[in-house]
Amino acid sequence: MSLYILPKERLPEFVRALQGNYRVVGPVKTEHGFAFDDISDPQQLQLDYTTTILPPKKYFLPQREVLFSYHTEQGDNGRQRIEMRPVYQGVEPTVIFGVHTCDMNGIMLYDKVFSEGFRDEHYMERREQIYVIGIECLHPCDEASFCKDMGTLTAPPVYDLHMTDAGDFYFVDTGTEKGERLLLDHVYVKMAEKEDIQKLGQILSSKWPRFRMRLKMSRDQTPALLTLGYQAKLWQELGERCLACGSCTNVCPTCFCFDVIDENDITLQNGERVRVWDSCQLYEFALVAGGHNFRESKASRVRHRLMRKGKYIKQVHGLIGCTGCGRCERACLVHITVPGTLNALHEEMQLEPGV
Amino acid sequence: MLHLHENLKTTTTPLRYDGHTSVFLPAVATIEDVKTETALEKIYTVRLPGGQNLGHVPGQFVMVSVPGVGEAPISVMSSPSRTGETFKLCIRKAGDLTGVIHQLQPGDQIGIRGPFGRGFPVDTFRGKDILVAAGGLGLAPARSLIDEVLDHRSQFGRLIILYGAKNPSEILFRDAIAEWEERDDVEFLMTVDRPDPTWFGHVGVITTLFPHVEVNPYKTVAVTVGPPVMYRFVTMELLGKGLTPEQIWLSFERRMKCGIGKCGHCQVNHRYSCQEGPSWTYAEALAFEEAL
Repeated sequence: MSLYILPKERLPEFVRALQGNYRVVGPVKTEHGFAFDDISDPQQLQLDYTTTILPPKKYFLPQREVLFSYHTEQGDNGRQRIEMRPVYQGVEPTVIFGVHTCDMNGIMLYDKVFSEGFRDEHYMERREQIYVIGIECLHPCDEASFCKDMGTLTAPPVYDLHMTDAGDFYFVDTGTEKGERLLLDHVYVKMAEKEDIQKLGQILSSKWPRFRMRLKMSRDQTPALLTLGYQAKLWQELGERCLACGSCTNVCPTCFCFDVIDENDITLQNGERVRVWDSCQLYEFALVAGGHNFRESKASRVRHRLMRKGKYIKQVHGLIGCTGCGRCERACLVHITVPGTLNALHEEMQLEPGV
Repeated sequence: MLHLHENLKTTTTPLRYDGHTSVFLPAVATIEDVKTETALEKIYTVRLPGGQNLGHVPGQFVMVSVPGVGEAPISVMSSPSRTGETFKLCIRKAGDLTGVIHQLQPGDQIGIRGPFGRGFPVDTFRGKDILVAAGGLGLAPARSLIDEVLDHRSQFGRLIILYGAKNPSEILFRDAIAEWEERDDVEFLMTVDRPDPTWFGHVGVITTLFPHVEVNPYKTVAVTVGPPVMYRFVTMELLGKGLTPEQIWLSFERRMKCGIGKCGHCQVNHRYSCQEGPSWTYAEALAFEEAL
């Protein structure tokens, strides 16, 4: 669409203007690292952040989300009567600032998961009110990043606006008309000129050498690698190390599995059915009534997570299930990593180096 | 990208409140009748709002809710041919939710979503011999097919039913079994793993029934429903009878929390059992390692 220029010193003014009409969230500094949070003062916004503890998925799929409320009572016939009302939680115009390209890839997957097949209205109602403002990644977040391997170093078409740091101003690319409308009425936002566009090209092309590759194979080979390595010894080793804590799935921008539970109030007559983030790494995840557990061993659960990331999600949704953000690596207490696992599998299967 | 079988038939409950729909919102259904079947199982006759037909195919399931307790997948026991304004569920007391359901009485309301999943492709079964191998509670989903065949008896070939129960006290549907044993056009064989003094029939696991049946592999379709441990052995017997993997249908039970292919619990490798299953042929199941 169109390319604009926003002077850096005007960013606080721009944020304040948005706050009049939108909930504005973005990366802020906390004592544990960066995190997406509500912005009250534009100075809190840290657009040059490295990585956040949680991806912005929490605005798309809240950790705890009410699906409907219910009321039960004894009817005139003495029998149980039920009333249920759907609840659409967190539906408000929200601008998310500073979304990295890896996380935009996560959002792209979420959009497919919750709109394809059965449409999940709870997700979609909220999604329609969200504005994604991306920020171009010009430097790797840290050693755990492997976005270049996963091909997530460019912005996918999920952003409404996308910003690129050009020193004393930001380039702002418009991805949607709804995004472009956010720029209207700000006299300091100018259309980019021809020579500006050349500068943007230079910035974008010069960033690539700064990112290293960590995988011994290309991302297109991971499904085949995981197919070949399904029975690998590696899974037993990882199963012995894994603590089954679920940290990796909690922080993952592509993990969307959830549990559905009922929460009663003290009368036991009223309550809410909620969905909460769940993890395939937990023992109960594939346990059925009668006691059979389809993934009883940690080895089978670790393998399932990697299979989903590198193969299954692609088979179902056409997109690779890992964005290379590195969050699971940072969160893992026993240093199980996606690149480490895929590379070890590649070694064990004695495969030729990939292309 | 989802490979959906042509016989897949999924519907949501088209309930609307406040102008919105939610795929998670159950329809408010009423229990019309409760029949105690065994010490563990009860049969519930359920009526949807306005007596709406469930519109399912044999082998599909519904999500049953008791608000305040939870929701779980339950196979539909009624055949479409015996589903009018009500349908039947056979529910075993196996956990918190089913424990509460077992206390419910006629007139109590429950939540129903569905039907969900891919059932058995009955249309492709017409003209063929049907062999049903059911273990334990698996006879409930199997009945949705058996009754459909019985109600259109001339459209199918032989109907062979093999049923295995743990012990005589857990035998389901004694009335129906008496009818099947009586009929000339049903070949019914039953066994129990652990006999008691009341039992004079066959003893052993379900596979011990197979030497007693002749099947024509050229025109037989087998449908197997039961506990996970049963599938490997029953499938071996069926292959031994000359059936091909394409002729063997299996129903895969999994933990399910949404029924709509999102929550992740029911995944068998990359497949969602709640949508692309629970019915798969053995040929299809061979393509995923986690199936058996």
